[in-house]
Amino acid sequence: MSLLQIAEPGDSTAPHEHRIAVGIDLGTTNSLVATVRNGIPVVLNDHEGHSLLPSMVRYLRDGRVQVGFPAQAQLARDPRNTVVSVKRFMGRGLKDVAHIENCPYDFVDQPGILKIRTAAGVKSPVEASAEILRVLRARAEEALIGKSGGALAGAVVTVPAYFDEAQREATRDAARLAGLNVLRLLNEPTAAAIAYGLDNAAEGIYAVYDLGGGTFDISILRLSRGVFEVMATNGDAALGGDDFDQRLFCALAERRGLSMLSPEDTRSLLTKSREAKELLTSQTEVCITARLAAGEAVELTVTQEDFWDLTRNLVAKTLAPTRKALRDAHLDVSDVKGVVMVGGATRMPHVQQAVGGLFRQTPLNNLDPDKVVALGAAIQANVLAGNRHAGEDWLLLDVIPLSLGIETMGGLVERVLPRNSTIPTARAQEFTTFRDGQTAMSIHVVQGERELVSDCRSLARFELRGIPPMAAGAARIRVTFQVDADGLLSVAAREASTGVESAVTVKPSYGLDDGQIAQMLKDSIEHAQEDVRLRALQEQRVEGERMIEATESALRDDADLLAAEELAAIRAAIEALRRLVGGDDHRQIKAQVDRLNRITEPFAGRRMDRIIKGALTGRNVAALGQ
Amino acid sequence: MNLSFKQNFFELFGLPARFALDAAGLERSYRRIQSQIHPDKFAHASEADRRASMQWTARVNEAYQTLKAPLARAAYLLALQGTDPGFESNTSMSPEFLLAQMGWREAVEEASLAGDARQLDSLSLSLRGEIDRLYAEIGRELDGNHAAAAETLRKLKFLEKVREEIDAALERLEA
Repeated sequence: MSLLQIAEPGDSTAPHEHRIAVGIDLGTTNSLVATVRNGIPVVLNDHEGHSLLPSMVRYLRDGRVQVGFPAQAQLARDPRNTVVSVKRFMGRGLKDVAHIENCPYDFVDQPGILKIRTAAGVKSPVEASAEILRVLRARAEEALIGKSGGALAGAVVTVPAYFDEAQREATRDAARLAGLNVLRLLNEPTAAAIAYGLDNAAEGIYAVYDLGGGTFDISILRLSRGVFEVMATNGDAALGGDDFDQRLFCALAERRGLSMLSPEDTRSLLTKSREAKELLTSQTEVCITARLAAGEAVELTVTQEDFWDLTRNLVAKTLAPTRKALRDAHLDVSDVKGVVMVGGATRMPHVQQAVGGLFRQTPLNNLDPDKVVALGAAIQANVLAGNRHAGEDWLLLDVIPLSLGIETMGGLVERVLPRNSTIPTARAQEFTTFRDGQTAMSIHVVQGERELVSDCRSLARFELRGIPPMAAGAARIRVTFQVDADGLLSVAAREASTGVESAVTVKPSYGLDDGQIAQMLKDSIEHAQEDVRLRALQEQRVEGERMIEATESALRDDADLLAAEELAAIRAAIEALRRLVGGDDHRQIKAQVDRLNRITEPFAGRRMDRIIKGALTGRNVAALGQ
Repeated sequence: MNLSFKQNFFELFGLPARFALDAAGLERSYRRIQSQIHPDKFAHASEADRRASMQWTARVNEAYQTLKAPLARAAYLLALQGTDPGFESNTSMSPEFLLAQMGWREAVEEASLAGDARQLDSLSLSLRGEIDRLYAEIGRELDGNHAAAAETLRKLKFLEKVREEIDAALERLEA
């Protein structure tokens, strides 16, 4: 028999509705979806019992798309139309991708963004990733909602900690394209630290060494009294298990004198190389055998030692960022209590040895390195959706992996936000004009650690116009950088004496604009024979109801912060929204939600002030950190 | 950003506005505030609340970083007292300091070119001593002699930069 629920006095009388949220690990090789069920994080399986979904997308001539195992089954036969390791292409141009010559795709190199010409048309990495996410979303909806017709409250989608702005934007676009409400982009090593830390009640300094299929991250965290604080992060967004396959593949081609391989042969030998790499984790020797399309047989015996020699410098490439992260955290290896290993590639014994050698301790392998990220994301999603239970009151403090700055005279970078700044964060810096009578200023936002603009990644350019003509150096241009909790940047510039303003949400040239996303979303919905209008109405109703609930809850706590007329205006706006939610015009609902948001803005600010004051005077006894 | 709170960074954390820092107190206040206003606590709130949470948390993070780092803390205190540290405008330094500074730079460059990590470490150590001495000095000056504090601050900025160069040189040697 289940116990009856009684709400806490002062709480809403309705028992708290459990909102369904998932964590998604969108991996280079495999992707997973997980959720928290009865307080326990679990990975959701497909019908055949597979938890891992191979991150492969095959485009067919008739426009159909195969994702996962069906795509994998056709990989060797149809390599040009089967996109693997698409994560490596996210937010990237052709020149950014290593070993592109070994990729059997027909690339379309537009300025900035890379695309692939397939049997079903030209596809972007964002679209291919969205296909993977759509399958995971369907898996989650089927398992968690069934035929009851509800909706997922949202998803936390993980990204490598070392992903830059363009790669994060691309990932978020893919999730939106798949119809997911993105609660947060969460750094993969941080997700792993949550899963590990909560499971083991860990306290102290931990390093998370995350070597995935295509990316490497190292994060140093301090776990203390329910706070997960990332102290430093570093990595290589283009280094992973795939590169180990490449080395083996190259050795195979070289030693057997193979050149000018067809895409089919390249793909099949890469797959063989990968299988050999996996076998060499537990075997001292493996024999690679393959038959080329022309009928020629290829055979090569590789010993474990041989493989380690071939890939030793790849392992070394992970140790330099690891040392850097420790230095940024002002720590020595002896300060590190444990090293959590994440990602399938950490199964390789020589990786384990190298990491153990550097940290002078045996790495921790007690969590499944393939699943720990998805589990951590699910835990975070559960909390963000509002399903927080007593004892789950932990706090996550993450950082930006790369410095953000703007271009100044001579092509030099002025750093505005240094790497490892805790997010969300904001920083303003003043700049001035270079010429007498200068009335416009071009602001070029860059990301990276180097001093020259040309060595950093260009994120956005925008102009501040209407500066009153003044002597050179007299204008005061205040440029404000703001990074939100997803690690995404917006920049605003303002001239102090006149108040002339200009702002951009940094949409890297690699990204898609909102109009493109909306159109693609519309196309995909139409493709799925859904009623666009009905779907929009449903979404706006949910949003409207959420808004009413959130505002009423705020009023219950803090109505005394409002003057009588302010309170009356808010109440009237809530009632108007309630009426519209009952109707069927989604545009009107949206307009009223926006209006309610606008008029409650000052109220929200006063509430924050009160919360801060209360936090210091101990009004909130539940405060952490004591 | 139009934040309604008018408090300075010290008031925000309930700390006295002085250079000598109660580091444990700062961290305790920071964590208490963070645990209440962080965007993760407002993920399912209204958009207005979410935006306010993000902006306030950003400000709290900026305040925390400013007070935690001695160079930024000293500059912030000077600004509060109405003195411009003059990092760009005032480049006049005592000849002795300029000479000493050139000496540091040369020594770092030499050790760096020679690939002498041990020498770089030892330079780093004695630089640390000099920097600590100046921080003690600026703590006293900030109570009264603002002009002197501003000059000490400019010296510190130079030396912190040299220290970064040493770290960068060590990093290159390791790579």
